[in-house]
Amino acid sequence: MKRNWYKILAVILLLYAIIAGFLVDVPETNIQDSMRNVFFHVGMWFAMLVICFYAMIYSIKYLSSQDIIYDIKARESVNVGIFFGIVGIITGMAWAKFTWGVLWANDPHLNGAVVSLMAYFAYLVLRSSIPDTDKAARTSAVYNIFAFVLLLVFIGVLPRLSENTLHPGSKDGNPAFGDMDAKMRYVFYPALLGWIMLGVWIMNLRIRYKVLQSKISEDYDRD
Amino acid sequence: MGLLSEIKILILKDFKLEIRNLYSLNSILLYVFSSVFVSYLAFEKIIQPQTWNALFWIILLFAAVNAISTSFTSEGSKKFYYYFYILSPRSIILSKLLYNSLMLLVVAVLTFVLYSMVFGSIINNLPLFLLILLFGSFGLLGILTMVSAIASRAGNNFALMSILSFPVILPMLIVLIRLSSMTIGIIDITDFVKMMLALVVLDFIVVAMAVVLFPFLWKE
Repeated sequence: MKRNWYKILAVILLLYAIIAGFLVDVPETNIQDSMRNVFFHVGMWFAMLVICFYAMIYSIKYLSSQDIIYDIKARESVNVGIFFGIVGIITGMAWAKFTWGVLWANDPHLNGAVVSLMAYFAYLVLRSSIPDTDKAARTSAVYNIFAFVLLLVFIGVLPRLSENTLHPGSKDGNPAFGDMDAKMRYVFYPALLGWIMLGVWIMNLRIRYKVLQSKISEDYDRD
Repeated sequence: MGLLSEIKILILKDFKLEIRNLYSLNSILLYVFSSVFVSYLAFEKIIQPQTWNALFWIILLFAAVNAISTSFTSEGSKKFYYYFYILSPRSIILSKLLYNSLMLLVVAVLTFVLYSMVFGSIINNLPLFLLILLFGSFGLLGILTMVSAIASRAGNNFALMSILSFPVILPMLIVLIRLSSMTIGIIDITDFVKMMLALVVLDFIVVAMAVVLFPFLWKE
């Protein structure tokens, strides 16, 4: 129970977010009810960012301990992070088609999203290009840390310095929390938390599965 | 030996090697010359300042990639075992960083001179542009040095080098293009200090990470 509280909370929060997300009054604007997508689309990015942060922490832990378990953890976190990134792009494209009339617009946020995904794909390519396990783990851990810090600059700082973004609220502080209706905030924040917790849950499940798998194959090798 | 004297010796060694056969400097200069000339044949005259700006940075970016591709391979891999025993990894990465960015700075200034001779200079504020070139070549080469060290662990194939470097170099490149559009006058120059600060901070982050992370790559 001590370790599982966040899973129950994730389910409750997401149930609330989905039900309330479709029932809450949204202000009358030109994008109408598509505004409800904010409860789902933004959550994907927050989940991805948190999971990729976990991946960086695991990579740092791997470099300091040289324990291969942390390398498995980092790799699986990156896989789940990529999944959330792709879902974030798909939900964003559906929304962009309705709001801006195109599936893809030239916007600092969108470019940042694509480039971060490319960095993580490059991470996976780098891993698979080195046959030696320890060398692959060490090299890709270095790249993971290096890329995450630079991407943080790219998606966290640059959109705020640029004046021509289509996303709302970028001028005054956080682009995600711009000028949102008070009633929507009661759904928005729980939804974000719920998605982040769901992401961490998926990540932990995958990590446990892969760690067990590697242990089984180790035993198999020994026999 | 202290860190500084090691760095000094390593930079002098790289410099002497370069003077002796002038291979990499000449190849980069020839690359720059041919790409400027090809652009000249293709464009004849550049009318839009945006095009001027974009083309300049693209040529410089590929010159930087060319410059770095010889950096970790020109010396045989066996020589690194020798360095491993007598030097600290920090001085190796710092010396590579300093030497490469100095070389790119020379190349960048020469590219700029050549480029402006052919297409005409549209820079409004030359000292600021040179400042961008200084910090820009340092940052670009910092990132590329680190990425090429990573790629050299993976058998040094060129395709890997470009996939790995593209996502991490973009933040720097966007800042550089934006800054230089300010000196050209496409964008309002009021935000110049803010952007310049972003560039300097990026440079520092890159150097700090290179110093912290390179020792891990270095172990065989």
